[in-house]
Amino acid sequence: MEGGYRRAVAHTTVQPSTASLTAGLLDASRGPLHPLAAQTLTAALGVAWADPGARHAPGRAARAHLDTARAVLAGALGARPDELSLHGSAEEALALGLDGLLHARRRAGDRTVAGATERSVLLLRAGAEDAVAVEGTGRVDADAWERAVAAPGVAAAVLQTANGEVGTRQPVERLARAARDAGVPLLLDATASVGREPLPPGAGDVVVADAASFGGPPLGLLVVRTGTRSSLPAPRREAEHGRAFAAPWVPLALAAAEAWRQTEHACADDTREARALVDRVRAAAAGVRDVEVLGDPTDALPHVVTFSVLLADGEALVDELAARGVAVASGSACTSSTLRPSHVLAAMGVLTHGNVRVTLPLASVAPDREDAVALLCRELPDAVRAVRVRMGTEDL
Amino acid sequence: MSGDATVDARGTRCPVPVIRVARATQDLSPGSTVVLLADDVAARSDVPAWARMRGHGLTLEDEGSWTRYTVVVGTTVARST
Repeated sequence: MEGGYRRAVAHTTVQPSTASLTAGLLDASRGPLHPLAAQTLTAALGVAWADPGARHAPGRAARAHLDTARAVLAGALGARPDELSLHGSAEEALALGLDGLLHARRRAGDRTVAGATERSVLLLRAGAEDAVAVEGTGRVDADAWERAVAAPGVAAAVLQTANGEVGTRQPVERLARAARDAGVPLLLDATASVGREPLPPGAGDVVVADAASFGGPPLGLLVVRTGTRSSLPAPRREAEHGRAFAAPWVPLALAAAEAWRQTEHACADDTREARALVDRVRAAAAGVRDVEVLGDPTDALPHVVTFSVLLADGEALVDELAARGVAVASGSACTSSTLRPSHVLAAMGVLTHGNVRVTLPLASVAPDREDAVALLCRELPDAVRAVRVRMGTEDL
Repeated sequence: MSGDATVDARGTRCPVPVIRVARATQDLSPGSTVVLLADDVAARSDVPAWARMRGHGLTLEDEGSWTRYTVVVGTTVARST
């Protein structure tokens, strides 16, 4: 059974089938590993499995491999190895990064300035009610941000390089300068952009990335720049510069470093191709009646595009496209476990129902992504019509 | 159809409230009003976005656990091709 599990003769196994799942894949919010990262991971299983804190030979070998991986990954973020810690997930790195700033600045205040389209893990800490408003494209209202960071009692600010759901870039240089002028430390969330486009140089006192965004395994990367005041509340953490309870599993760090090396090399070409493919999706969606293409059309990530189909159900659209061989995501309420629409779409004041989100995988992990885009563009008008007819909204 | 139709979509979820108000405004002359009652969180985003796309006027009133949406049918029906 494709995608299922094979049953061995004498015992059950959880070894998955090796059938490719990347055909038609246009949802790379978590994509497959870069093939060379997968090879590195396999090789590392034999040589880097030990606890890098152990003093015996395998431990020392693992430590040397971890040092190598850390140097490569720090370079990816324009940081020094002693500024970078590795964590189980990007969400964990984001939470630790913000907690460290807030705890160190607890005498200055307890407020966090954050745009309304930041990731949920950050808004849960910042308090979504106080979030800085965004424009219809999802770009943070810069005047409102400047007022917010200059207000009393602000301990930290958080800003995404670009929004992973709609693609819109934030005006990082201007907003970072405002935070710096106000003496407020800034956490820069680069989890959607690293590997797709260069980081704004020097921005952010804390920078967070996700190795999954550049073809690595999910691995949280947390940079706290030298001179930034950051401390975590008790209990004391021994690993990763005092930021983690345990060292990372070294094979994952090596796979992430290999993914970065390969993706960095291919980034400029990949970005150019991705932008052209995303523009095709944008044009195809805009050509369907009562479809609103969302986000900034040009000042945006190269690989993300999202649109909402008026009077259609997001879940039905995702299923209809899946039946036609295209895997997309949705920010609609009916596709989420909480039955709440994407807070990003709601903050932008756009349609949250009938939402379709395309996140183009890297060409290295999905070599047939152009075919997937062509299939989506071909099938979309009829898929929308089919869903509307089924829902009885075709004539509305 | 009278110009003061009320659609009670409380208890229904996205995208049902916006579909029902769209159906109720269909074929109404400009200036007619339709009142929608809904308690679905997604409707807070979707009814205003729909009204904007269709060129209808809209006012929202919070009634505690639900919202009253008063739609004034627009003069230019901005139905794109």
